[in-house]
Amino acid sequence: MPVIDVSSLTVAYDSLMAVNGISFQVAAGEIVALLGPNGAGKTTTMEVLEGYRTATTGSTKIDAADGSIGVLLQEDGIYPAAKPRDVLALFRALYGDAGPTVDELLQRVGLTERSGTTIRRLSGGEKRRLGLALALCGNPEALLLDEPTSGVDHAGRALLRAAVREAADAGAAVLITTHELNEAQRLADRLVIIDKGAIVAEGTPDDLTKASQSSGIRFTAEEGLDLTYLVIQLGAQITEVAPGDYHAATRPTPEAVAKLTAYMADREIMLGEVRAGRHRLEDVFELLTSSSQDVADPPT
Amino acid sequence: MELRLTLSNGESLLLILGIPVLLLVFFGTVDVLPTDSVTDDPVDFLVPGVLALAIMSTAFVNLAISTGFDRHYGVLKRLGTTPLTRAELLAAKTVTLIIVELIQFVIIIGVGLALGWRAGDVGVTSAIGTSAVAAIVATVAFAGLGFLLAGASSGLAVLAAANAIYLVLLLASGLIFPLEEFTSPIRAVVRLLPSTALGEITHGAMRTGAATAAQAWIVLGVWAVITPIAASRFFRWSPS
Repeated sequence: MPVIDVSSLTVAYDSLMAVNGISFQVAAGEIVALLGPNGAGKTTTMEVLEGYRTATTGSTKIDAADGSIGVLLQEDGIYPAAKPRDVLALFRALYGDAGPTVDELLQRVGLTERSGTTIRRLSGGEKRRLGLALALCGNPEALLLDEPTSGVDHAGRALLRAAVREAADAGAAVLITTHELNEAQRLADRLVIIDKGAIVAEGTPDDLTKASQSSGIRFTAEEGLDLTYLVIQLGAQITEVAPGDYHAATRPTPEAVAKLTAYMADREIMLGEVRAGRHRLEDVFELLTSSSQDVADPPT
Repeated sequence: MELRLTLSNGESLLLILGIPVLLLVFFGTVDVLPTDSVTDDPVDFLVPGVLALAIMSTAFVNLAISTGFDRHYGVLKRLGTTPLTRAELLAAKTVTLIIVELIQFVIIIGVGLALGWRAGDVGVTSAIGTSAVAAIVATVAFAGLGFLLAGASSGLAVLAAANAIYLVLLLASGLIFPLEEFTSPIRAVVRLLPSTALGEITHGAMRTGAATAAQAWIVLGVWAVITPIAASRFFRWSPS
């Protein structure tokens, strides 16, 4: 029984179809990332779940007790003149003083030393962390987090990821939206990739990259290399697709990769990166969201 | 939280306490304002008017500005994601208004007494009792206006509009200048303002003890019905 259930959701503004018939579910203890480029329909979907926007057709349902939903809005408004400790105390009181204490919440998001600072004086990342702490008040059964790590520094992101994972481990169903692939991959158990209002792929990061096979070998090295002999050895065309970024149109077999690295070693040319076999998640994302074509490239 | 934020905000304190007390002290000691036919003593004339002004500052201007900026910064939208209901939020703001007005009453009457105010033939206790009833009705009327303004505009627009309306009401409601100074046609119009009605009631209650004309109570009562209804109809919890 899913905690968060989105079923055939459509949201239309005049002639624009912001969300076009999407369906997905989030179970208790699961973290699902709704991933997509800007304008894909992520926040619109989230706003329907939060109750701020009405679906044109379809439905959304959150199976959680009244008041047991934690929300982090994309633009999270908090009293600018208040202090984190006071606002957390207020929000805890609204949830019946249940769940982690103010000090525990401050510690989870790394704001203990800033608990007495006026909120308008906090950095953008610190405000985001406070927003997550507010969402965690009352031990929510469902968490809706819209771009939770936006503007947060590296150390802060690690704290936020740990806090979200802790909430999921305690049984919360967590739905996050993000356009940052790395964050989605590190945090989420499952990804739902959305583009132009429609779901284009769904699965674990491993499932998504496994389903996508590269049609060649990509490697990086210094720009403008003369690769005539390598072309002959591989029996395949090599194109410099971007300065220093090369694509060899050959099957990515171990033998081909060995020839490439041997060639480079003989000429003492430093390789930056070699990619063969599976696409990275970034490549899968680009393939899926630039045009809605099949994920797996046909082998050459 | 609402009360703490109001009392720790310098701009709020200036508006709800600084300006009313300043007006009372300055014009109570520097005899430049015209008084009315009831008394020559400016303090006797000013105390009821300044009390009415204080209620207007708190229940309309301060509420409109703070709520407008809460809405602008997304605070109301954020609170909407919690178990807090709209009714509870409005109740919290109303309780804050009442507590602040109690503080205002104590300070302004204290300053008035220090300046020599003796409430004429009425007596201080009786004067305060009737004024308190009027204050409650006026608070509802002005709060409705405040929410109406805050819910329809952006933060800065609310700030500008609230201050502009406050200035007009200050000058045109008989709170600082007697209504007798206005010509008859203008007097008839300004008597329909909630601030004028409140001023007439507090003047009557705190100076002569005479029953205030029914019109003033009716005008204030009508505003106290219309503005909350309009606010509940038109107030939007977020700018989008």
